[in-house]
Amino acid sequence: MKSFEYTVQDPIGIHARPAGLLVKEVKKYASTITLSKGEKSVNALKLMAIMGLGIKQGETVKITVEGDDEEKAAAEIEAFFKANL
Amino acid sequence: MISIQGKGVSTGVALGPLYFYKRAKAEITHETVEDTAAEWERFKEAQAKAVEQLGELAEKARAEAGDEAALLFETHQLMAEDLDYEEAIQALIQDEKLNAVAAVSDTAAQFAEMFASMDDAYMQARAADVKDVSTRIIGILTGAVQGGIDSEVPVILAADDLAPSETVQLDKSKILGFVTEGGSGSSHTAILARTMGIPAIIGVGKQVKEEYAGREVAIDGTKGEIIVDADENTRKLILKKIADQKKTRELLEKLKGLPNKTKDGQSIRVYCNIGSPDDVPAVLGNDAGGVGLFRSEFLYLNCDDYPSEEYQFEAYKKVLSDMGDKEVVIRTLDIGADKQIDYFDLPKEENPAMGNRALRICLQRPEIFRTQLRALYRASAFGHLCIMFPMVTSVWEVREAKKMCERVKKELTKEGKAFSDSVQIGIMIETPAAAVMSDRLAKEVDFFSCGTNDLTQYTLACDRQNADLGRFFNAHHPAVLRLLKMVCDNAHKNGIWVGICGELGADLELTETFLSIGIDELSVSPRAVLPLRQKIRETNVAVCKDSILGTLLGDKTQD
Repeated sequence: MKSFEYTVQDPIGIHARPAGLLVKEVKKYASTITLSKGEKSVNALKLMAIMGLGIKQGETVKITVEGDDEEKAAAEIEAFFKANL
Repeated sequence: MISIQGKGVSTGVALGPLYFYKRAKAEITHETVEDTAAEWERFKEAQAKAVEQLGELAEKARAEAGDEAALLFETHQLMAEDLDYEEAIQALIQDEKLNAVAAVSDTAAQFAEMFASMDDAYMQARAADVKDVSTRIIGILTGAVQGGIDSEVPVILAADDLAPSETVQLDKSKILGFVTEGGSGSSHTAILARTMGIPAIIGVGKQVKEEYAGREVAIDGTKGEIIVDADENTRKLILKKIADQKKTRELLEKLKGLPNKTKDGQSIRVYCNIGSPDDVPAVLGNDAGGVGLFRSEFLYLNCDDYPSEEYQFEAYKKVLSDMGDKEVVIRTLDIGADKQIDYFDLPKEENPAMGNRALRICLQRPEIFRTQLRALYRASAFGHLCIMFPMVTSVWEVREAKKMCERVKKELTKEGKAFSDSVQIGIMIETPAAAVMSDRLAKEVDFFSCGTNDLTQYTLACDRQNADLGRFFNAHHPAVLRLLKMVCDNAHKNGIWVGICGELGADLELTETFLSIGIDELSVSPRAVLPLRQKIRETNVAVCKDSILGTLLGDKTQD
C-alpha cells in the first residue's frame, strides 16, 4: 500500500471539473484508490462522492493506493494532483 | 408598459416576443416490476444512450463556446456513469423491484439533496447538474422529446431555470435573450449566455407572467431590466441601443485581437476611462489594452463619510485582478471644482475650477491622501498598477506626493503587507503650467496623461460649463495642440510615455494629429475603442505627418 498527502491549492477546491479529471485519471489503474478528508474516505472512482466531500482550498487530503500497480499509480496520481489541484 | 427588475448576468439588449420554454415533462409513476433483470438492462441501455448524447453535446458546445463549455458535458457523462449513482439505482430496481424511471428519479432527488445541503454555493448549484443528467435518462426511458422553440421568429426565452443541456440544444438562431425565474450568476445558463453573447436576466421570480407570452418584451442585460409593451419613447431608445450594439459587434468581429497599428507600422495603445469596477466587463468586451484612467472619485461620492482603506482596497483590487496583467492607471482623488462632496466640508469658493481641488486637497489633508495611497499600494499586489496625480502645476507638488508614497510603502513593509515594487507613478497634464514645465516634470515621473478637458479650459480661459462661449471655445485650438506636442516631445526626451485621457482622445478628427506628434496612448470610453482602432488602422502617418505638423507649428496654422 502506498499513500501520500496533498494540500489543495486550487482556489475553488476539488469542484466538478477537477473531480471529473481525477476520476478519469484513476480509471487508468488497476489499484484501488481511496481519497480521504478527515475521517471520511471515498473510492476515487466515484465522482459524486468525491464532490460530496466538498474539499476546499487549503484542506489536506490523503490518497491511498493499493494493488498491483500501486507504485506507478501513486507516483502518477501525485503528479496529477500537483498539476491540476 | 410594465417594467420588471431582475439580475442581469449577461450584457446586451434585445427586443422580441416573449416565449415560455416548454419542457416535455415525463410522468413519473412508481410501479413494481417482475423482471428486474430486464428493467436493469433497460436502465443500462438508457444510460449508455445518455452518455453518447452527452458526448455529442460536448462536441457541439466545444464548437460553439470552447473547451470550458465542453467540459461541463464531459462531467455530466461521468455523473451518468457514477458508481454510487448507478448502485443506488440498481438497489432500487433489484431489491425494491422499482421501475427504472422511478428508480432514476428517486436517486436523482437523493443526490441533488446531498449537493443542495452542502455549505458551498458552487456545490449547491451542482444539484441542477444531477437533475439534468437524470432528466435526460428518464427522457430516453420514456421516449419524451426535449422541448424546443415553436416559433417562426426569434424570441426572448422565459423559463423557470434552464438546464445546461437545454441551453445547448436550443436553436440559437431563434433566441434573442434569456429570462429565468431562478438561477444564479454562476449557473451554466448564465455562463453559456455570456460566452454566446446573448443577454440574460435571472431571478425575476413570478414577475414575468404567462399572460405576457407573445407580447413584445425588451431586456437589458446590463441593467437587469425587462420591459413588457414598451411605450414609443422607450422603444426608440431600445432600438438605438440595439443598433449601437450591432455596430459594435460588427466592428468587434472585424477588429478584435488586431493591433492598434497604422498602415506604416506605428503603434499606439488604446485604453479605457472608467468610473467604477462595474465598467471592467465593457473594457474587456471592447478589447481595450488596459485602463488609462480609473476615476477614484466614485468611491468618495458613493459614501456618506470618508471611505475606509479596506473599502477602497477591495474596489482597486477588483479592477486590478479583473484586468489581469493589463495596465490600470488609477487617478487619486480629484474632487473640487464641479465635483463637490458634503463631508469634505470644503469652504465655498468664488472660482472653484481654480480653487482648492484634487492634489491640492490631498497635500493639505495628508490623512485622506495616506488612506487612499495605502489602499492603492496594497491593491498593487494584484495586478499592474499605475498611480496618477491630478491637477499638478509645480515640481514640488509631485515631489511631495511621491514622498507620501515612499512613506506609505515603508509603513506597509513594516506591517508585512504585500505590494508591488513596480508601480508606475505619473501625473495628469491638465494645466498650462504643467505643460510648460513638462521638461522638468518628466524627470520626476514614469508617465504623463493629458487631461484635455481642463487643459483646454485653462489654456483658452473658457469655462467648459458655459454653453454661451460658442466659437470661442474651440476644442481643436492650435494652442492646445501645440502644448500637447511640447508635452510629448519633453516626455520622449526623458524616456517616459505620454497619453491622452480627455474627451479629445476619442475625437477621430484628431487621431492623425495625435499619431503625428507621437502620443503613446489614448484612453477613451469603452464604446470608442473599436471605432478608434479602425481609424488608426486606416491612417498612414508617413503620408500625413509633415503636413499636420507644418500646419500645427508653422504659419499656416489656423487663426
